[in-house]
Amino acid sequence: MNGHAGPRADGGAVSTRVAGAARTGPDTVECAVATPDRVQPYAELGLDAGEYDRIRAILHRRPTDAELAIYSVMWSEHCSYKSSKVHLRRLAAKMPRSDALLAGMGQNAGVVDVGAGYAVTFKIESHNHPSYVEPHQGAATGVGGIVRDILAMGARPVAVMDSLRFGPADAPDTRRVLPGVVSGISFYGNCLGLPNIGGELAFDACYAGNPLVNALCVGVMRHADLKLAAASGPGNKVILFGARTGPDGIGGASVLASATFGDAILGSGAKRPSVQVGDPFMEKLLVECSLELFSAGIITGIQDLGAAGVSCATAELAAAGTGGMRVELDAVPLRDTSLGPAEILMSESQERMMAVTEPGSVAEFMRICAKWDVPATVIGEVTATGRLVMIWHGDVVVDIPPGTAADEGPVYDRPARRPASQDALVADDPAALPRPADGDGLRDTLLALAGSPDLAAKTWVTQQYDRYVRGNTVLATPEDAGVLRIDEESGFGVALATDGNARYTRLDPYAGAQLALAEACRNVAATGARPIAATNCLNFGSPEEPAVMWQFAEAVRGLGDACVTLGVPVTGGNVSFYNQTEHAAIHPTPVVGVLGVHDDVCDRVSIGFASPGASIVLLGETRPEFGGSAWAHVMHGHLGGRPPRVNLVAERQLILTLMAAAAAAMLDAAHDLSDGGLGVALAESCLRGGLGCRVRLPGDPFVWLFSESAARALVAVRPGCEAAFARLCADHGVPAMVLGTVGGDSLDVEACFAVPLTELADVHERTLPAVFG
Amino acid sequence: MHLTEQTKTAVTVRVGIVTFPGSLDDDDAARAVARAGGEPVRLWHADRGLHGVDAVILPGGFSYGDYLRTGAIARFAPVMSDLVPAARAGLPVLGICNGFQILCEAHLLPGALTRNAGLHFVNRDQRLRIEGTRTLWTDQYTPGQEIVIPLKSGEGRYVADAATLRDLADGGRVIARYLGIDPNGSVGGIAGIANAEGSVVGLMPHPEHAIDTLTGPGADGLGFFGSLISSVTARLVRG
Repeated sequence: MNGHAGPRADGGAVSTRVAGAARTGPDTVECAVATPDRVQPYAELGLDAGEYDRIRAILHRRPTDAELAIYSVMWSEHCSYKSSKVHLRRLAAKMPRSDALLAGMGQNAGVVDVGAGYAVTFKIESHNHPSYVEPHQGAATGVGGIVRDILAMGARPVAVMDSLRFGPADAPDTRRVLPGVVSGISFYGNCLGLPNIGGELAFDACYAGNPLVNALCVGVMRHADLKLAAASGPGNKVILFGARTGPDGIGGASVLASATFGDAILGSGAKRPSVQVGDPFMEKLLVECSLELFSAGIITGIQDLGAAGVSCATAELAAAGTGGMRVELDAVPLRDTSLGPAEILMSESQERMMAVTEPGSVAEFMRICAKWDVPATVIGEVTATGRLVMIWHGDVVVDIPPGTAADEGPVYDRPARRPASQDALVADDPAALPRPADGDGLRDTLLALAGSPDLAAKTWVTQQYDRYVRGNTVLATPEDAGVLRIDEESGFGVALATDGNARYTRLDPYAGAQLALAEACRNVAATGARPIAATNCLNFGSPEEPAVMWQFAEAVRGLGDACVTLGVPVTGGNVSFYNQTEHAAIHPTPVVGVLGVHDDVCDRVSIGFASPGASIVLLGETRPEFGGSAWAHVMHGHLGGRPPRVNLVAERQLILTLMAAAAAAMLDAAHDLSDGGLGVALAESCLRGGLGCRVRLPGDPFVWLFSESAARALVAVRPGCEAAFARLCADHGVPAMVLGTVGGDSLDVEACFAVPLTELADVHERTLPAVFG
Repeated sequence: MHLTEQTKTAVTVRVGIVTFPGSLDDDDAARAVARAGGEPVRLWHADRGLHGVDAVILPGGFSYGDYLRTGAIARFAPVMSDLVPAARAGLPVLGICNGFQILCEAHLLPGALTRNAGLHFVNRDQRLRIEGTRTLWTDQYTPGQEIVIPLKSGEGRYVADAATLRDLADGGRVIARYLGIDPNGSVGGIAGIANAEGSVVGLMPHPEHAIDTLTGPGADGLGFFGSLISSVTARLVRG
């Protein structure tokens, strides 16, 4: 809204209601009625002509500037899910019924009953576009936003994770974006006091100019503390608390996150002010203050202010509650007093929350906020009118049915078409690529993979994150999953992993999404946890391209079907479209986060080989599968063929085996097999535990070392447990092959090659510091 | 909390833990005190009075956001008006990370903590060599003992003038130095120091994150809390 509010005298301007084109005061409902033909900048705000006409039909007049602001942000792709909704509804309908689900898709975040009286809420969300424009603040506020989502459910946020993807590691732009993103996550998460326990980091040319920054937060509460975002009870007060509202992030949702970057726009710098600025200290106060408000029992409804700020919070709270709300926009505390009503409504200033409380509780509410130095202001009240009404300088500037903004936005079933080029891609099988011919060649291949940016040690990144704060981190990166203790007495805890393989999904979106879910479940189970729920962040190109829409529809369908077979429901998530430059879209990148439960975190299993003499066993079936593999990507720059075959029944049996073995304390180590196959998994387990291994491979060593067949894991069985473990595998129908033993100071593949761990460690650890300093 | 009866003695050592706005490791410090057999007592930055505690821990975090200079604002908190004179009169105080920065800002310890040499926040399991063991917080360690506890800070580079460094070295007041990788460029690899009396200690790494192998790299950090509790217990028993 560049200047539509017009210049006014500081703070005390009197609204001048002029019927006509003069812009001496804010646009009121009265003015809108009097000037039905005024031209409005709906296209600049990201609305199309059909959507604008629909707003006029809903209101039976033109919208005011402030109303147009509300609809533009609420009907943006980012807030309304207008292109994805038809697919997400199908996904929701397909989810396995679970008594454990206390709140599902559509809430701020899903809430899962994990037992022992605890409920866990978790969600992953994208902040891709802001992180490209301004990497540090974009990533920082991505963390802040997801933490408030979790807080709004009534939970204490207890950990964060990040799933990151960038262009090639050595590309100049990656060297601008990645360090900024990492420093932003580090700055915000560390200062907020949340341990960062895991995530992903991958590089591919398809993300140059379109990096992915997906942040996950997990929170814990007692069952009874669940809060829902609804404004109920006429006469109840609406309180805005947290940071003051400023001009930052105006149009972030409608423009930045819901359109394709073009050089013309970025080059002009026109979107730069759209990125918000984060204050993690204020967020820390907001978290502690909110938790104290919850425990005082004086919150009737609560909503975080994220994308679309006050617009979204008021419309959603009102629509989900009694249905009406009256808001005095003049009461909103401002950082910049020149803001007009439309700008206040669109501002995405960070660290703000909105709550509804009974009139008799306002004093107590204010006392708690004052204790935490958190500004709080009553800005309105719940009404039974069914209308969201907003007042500015005594005039009505908004008068709409809130549901029309919050829930009844446009829904598009966009055309989806499998692109003709897909056949050629699938036909381009990597079987024809040259393979290493001897032991030296295999050794070189393993070192090349272990040192490739995707598979290299991520220490350069993760040592910038606090993984210890709160004192409950049991496992963190580079483990397969982060593990947190929740209850100090019983040892009850949770495990979390995020996964997504964009190359697989590019080759087959249906299978790729299934493999992402399966891998995340496998990673959680490798620590010994029982996977119980999933969240997802669906990163795709423009939904206006039928090929992208086909990828999206297939991925969502695949994910849903896999959830059913694995018995793991998706509880919420986020869609990020328009990750493309001109017509070059990113690989379809569904990132899946899976939550698992540990009855006692003392039983957790690490990936590291820690006991000499432990027997190394490969679980699952290995086939020559190289489509989308790390080998084809790193050694040949090749992407083609089919991804590894999906066998969800085998995945489920493997998961059950890993859980049972961990509970019976049979395992010294367990590591999921994924990118880079057995070879890379062995290397990682050796380096993590500081012990070598000696293995013998039963067939073509290239296939055994580098195939990426799914539904596999590597375990080290404790001496004395071999027979019992073999029986366990047989009972579950999981193929188990003894490969060798843990010990020594090299990774030794009999009759092929040996690599000293010192050499392996050097190759593995030097890559990222060499690029990023 | 694993507050075991066996470790509780006839007298219970009450250790105050101050929560400033932006304190983050206050719960962790309380857990470590309890694990070592003490009774954690929570102190609020805005309150006056120390509630009769036997010692105080200033925990890690980003007090007031640390947007100005680390510890610079916390130094002026109401609770500090009582803590500073009490510390000068002999009350044992341990400042961990941000707490160390606050102790320097409050002039209870000399020198200052500045931006890491590498300019990045660093979180790693850090090897340390314990040197000064004649303090209330380190006397359960042996001189030269090597321990591993987590370091996690962006402004952990200790600096001081030459005369101060000489005083610290001569007085046995450097309690720990970094071993192996130099994580932040601290002068002389200094990780922690004490006042001349050995009652006030500042330490950049986090012993409260090393109290067991489940959640930390080991239990090497417990000695700081155990030292305090045994020395205060001895004093209380002696009367």
